[in-house]
Amino acid sequence: MVWAPIRSSRGLPRWLLGAGCTITLLFVVLAVFAPLIAPYDFDTFSADGQRFAQQAPPSAEHWFGTTVQALDVFSRVVFGARTALEVVVLSVAVSLLVGVPLGLVSGYFGRWLDRLLVLITDTVFSFPPLLLAIVLSFLLSGLLGGGVAPAALAITVVYVPQYFRVVRNTTFSAKEASYVEAARAIGAGPLTVITRYLFSNVVQSVPVIATLNAADAILTLAGLGFLGYGIQPTEAAEWGYDIQRAIADAGAGIWWTGLFPGLAIVLLVTGLTLVGEGLNETLNPTLRRRRLLPVTLPTRDTDAGGSR
Amino acid sequence: MTDEAVLRVRDLRVWYGTERGPVRAVDGVDLALVPGETLGVVGESGCGKSTLGRGLLGLLPEGAKAGGEVRFRGTDLFELSGRALRELRGPELGMIFQDPLTRLNPLWRVSEHFEELLRTHCPDISAEQIRHRSLATLRRMGIPPTRYRNYPHEFSGGMRQRIMIALGLVLNPAVLVADEPTTSLDVLVEAQIIRLLADLRRNFDTALLLITHNLGIVAEACDRVAVMYAGHVVETGDAREVFAAPAHPYTRELLRSTISLSTTGLHYIPGAPPDLVDPPPACRFHPRCPDAMQVCATRDPVTVSPRPGHRVACWLHGPAEQVGAGGDAPLVREEIDVADEA
Amino acid sequence: MSRTAGTLRRYVLQRLALVVPMVFILLTFVFLLVRVAPGDPVSAALGGRLPPEALAQRRAAAGYDRPLIVQYLEYLGNVLRGDLGRTISDNRAVSDVLVENGGATLTLAGAALVVALLAGIPLGLYSGRHRDSFGDVGVRLFGIVSYAAPVFFTGLILQLVFAVWLDLFPTSGQASPITQVRVDEITHILLLDALLAGNVDAVLDVVHHLVLPAITLGLLCVGVFLRLVRVNLIQSLQGDYVEAARARGIPERYVVRRHAFRNALVPVVTVMGLQTALLLSGAILTEATFNWPGLGSELVDYLNNRDYVAVQGIITVFAVVVVVVSLLIDIVNALIDPRVRY
Repeated sequence: MVWAPIRSSRGLPRWLLGAGCTITLLFVVLAVFAPLIAPYDFDTFSADGQRFAQQAPPSAEHWFGTTVQALDVFSRVVFGARTALEVVVLSVAVSLLVGVPLGLVSGYFGRWLDRLLVLITDTVFSFPPLLLAIVLSFLLSGLLGGGVAPAALAITVVYVPQYFRVVRNTTFSAKEASYVEAARAIGAGPLTVITRYLFSNVVQSVPVIATLNAADAILTLAGLGFLGYGIQPTEAAEWGYDIQRAIADAGAGIWWTGLFPGLAIVLLVTGLTLVGEGLNETLNPTLRRRRLLPVTLPTRDTDAGGSR
Repeated sequence: MTDEAVLRVRDLRVWYGTERGPVRAVDGVDLALVPGETLGVVGESGCGKSTLGRGLLGLLPEGAKAGGEVRFRGTDLFELSGRALRELRGPELGMIFQDPLTRLNPLWRVSEHFEELLRTHCPDISAEQIRHRSLATLRRMGIPPTRYRNYPHEFSGGMRQRIMIALGLVLNPAVLVADEPTTSLDVLVEAQIIRLLADLRRNFDTALLLITHNLGIVAEACDRVAVMYAGHVVETGDAREVFAAPAHPYTRELLRSTISLSTTGLHYIPGAPPDLVDPPPACRFHPRCPDAMQVCATRDPVTVSPRPGHRVACWLHGPAEQVGAGGDAPLVREEIDVADEA
Repeated sequence: MSRTAGTLRRYVLQRLALVVPMVFILLTFVFLLVRVAPGDPVSAALGGRLPPEALAQRRAAAGYDRPLIVQYLEYLGNVLRGDLGRTISDNRAVSDVLVENGGATLTLAGAALVVALLAGIPLGLYSGRHRDSFGDVGVRLFGIVSYAAPVFFTGLILQLVFAVWLDLFPTSGQASPITQVRVDEITHILLLDALLAGNVDAVLDVVHHLVLPAITLGLLCVGVFLRLVRVNLIQSLQGDYVEAARARGIPERYVVRRHAFRNALVPVVTVMGLQTALLLSGAILTEATFNWPGLGSELVDYLNNRDYVAVQGIITVFAVVVVVVSLLIDIVNALIDPRVRY
């Protein structure tokens, strides 16, 4: 269902999709095998009883240099991938679990429930997303501590309205489709109609939003970390927090503490965006351009009206 | 052949490249238009009518290639520079499109469309002259001067098509191509628009190429008719004569498929128009033709002229010596055609 | 003309009627968001710093010992009267905070929008005009990467290159201390105050400080405009009225400029409105990166001080700004595009 159009896609969209997948996979590998890839732990500042140099530029021992706390930047970047992935997977999964059923129910049953939910999600939607995440993670960290879970949950609330909207609108229009009417006419109950007929229809649009939201979630997480509200530095390595520390270094011309975590964010977000857009272009035929190939008119044997 | 023709098309081909191969939308068309005459081009959807119409103005969609020649007053349009060709469009060659609702710039007043057009082609024209000429043409199309400064969305579909026709005629072009100008309009409005177009040949010396799938319109408004099938013109001639005595089986079947007051059952031509990437060999109509002969499936038909001014490309009309021995035996067909259709 | 004005007025009233419930829900949402936190604002901000009796006294004085519903109604009433309360940590009127720091955020957001439009529109037009060329691919990648780069990272890189290495721009603050002292605060928008004072040096100083933050925040939104303009231009160029203009012999450069560009730019206004939320989010981060004395910086400070009254006030204003801007944008849109009103 999903793979056929991808295989048949060609040219630029396919190339971008491929590049996006490669980048994303690279980060997944980094995240999963972080302890094997990174030379040190994210909070290691010494090895063999010897303290690392502070703010040392990139060298053979420390590829990306060290921070003011004498932490190895390379290791922090690698472990940062793990944190980012954990938060993104968690927040995308939870917002899917909440947003998709809500959207299905709201779109299917309609009436006051639908209106109420639409009003609420529209309100949340019009809220500056980072602001919402800041306040929520601030409140949640008071309850749950400074780990991955509160950050992921704060981000979840930001994205639920998006899934809700898309799923609700698709359900709303799909429910009027003749095959759903027919199913209802032969006595299928709401649960059957929703799970059998509507869900499969709605699920098509989910991969695209999910990848694009994942990209956005990484930016939100980094924003939280940058402001000091995300994951606490003692819990895990986080790129946004590292960049915040690096701002102070910048004045002294120390570039390596901020550049590498920043590049990691840019690369991963670009990768995920390319995947999302590539999927969108291949799954959504209306965006695809009919490929035009050069034509050559065979020349006529007759002399009249030579071909060009 | 007479030289009075204002537009003469010889062996015009317009092909588009696709992943499956070239689409032969127009494949070897010959036509001539004399001043003041109306030529109807009829055929089913997808037979290349619209591509032909655009090709006459040198307007080709992206990726299309054209061959052959389109001579306007003796000059081959395809040999003109882009600029020279563009300068012909408007003052000499005009076009009216199918869907008038989307053909006017939604952000522009009607007046602005006329101002742009007239300033482009008559650089020295004064504002007063622009207004005068536009209002005069609009009035002839039944648009009152009070609406001159309105926006397109303030007009109905029929009125927008009148505005489009006024835009097409304000420069008094020698040739006007109208591509299904009434298809998206309701029947009453359609009749009005057709009457307007039919009046053209009396009031202007404009030659009109009227593309339509509606044979009634051709009968009502056209002097001559060209019947297209799968990128070819299969029959041309005087509209009345062709309709009274169609020479090509396709024309005959097409006429039988139209609904009239005396219609008792619906007649239709079995099968669908052929795929223009891989059209049937020889006569392209032979898989659907009730009169198909052996020769029809093996050799391209030759265009013959059974009466003066009437041309048809069908083996039924010979030339007999080329049909060959046994070539006129009925074509035996497998029943696949029917299965395909279902 | 009076007809147009009438429909416009009706449209504005309809749109206003929608804003009222929206604002009401937003206020409720903000109240819940801030007050679901365990404990009350006074104990959150001052807990541990004051003896329990003094704390209870302050709590009672501020009314936090009453039921939540009473506090909620009081909050609604106060907001409607424009009273956002006093901060707990430094006892300022929240409205003063908004006035004193809002100007800096407004300047930053406005300048960023200018940067985003100045870069996004030409790039989008170029990209759409030369679809699938190398330039187009480059511009599209730039759009993706500029959005993928977190604001604070863009800011960091710009600081490193243009402030530290090239020493062209300052890295923090809205102006040098001298300017801050010399310019009288009239509007609390420093740039405007400097202009009003006629102090050229001060204006230049403010602009000098504004360049890097504005580019940083502008780059966040540039991709949105770039894509929008590109896609719209591609659609416009394939539009029916563009083909019709070509068929009238309008030169290609005018077809592109007058018909396609203009129509491609109409939705930019709408999207500008939708960017308010993104712009404010980005402003919080940009202000933190460049030590910009705006509402974002204040919000972060007050959050760290657990001053919920201040936080509640600032968030309320942010949310209302988003709603009001989208209302204004819709009205502007109705003025630009004649179709919207109907």
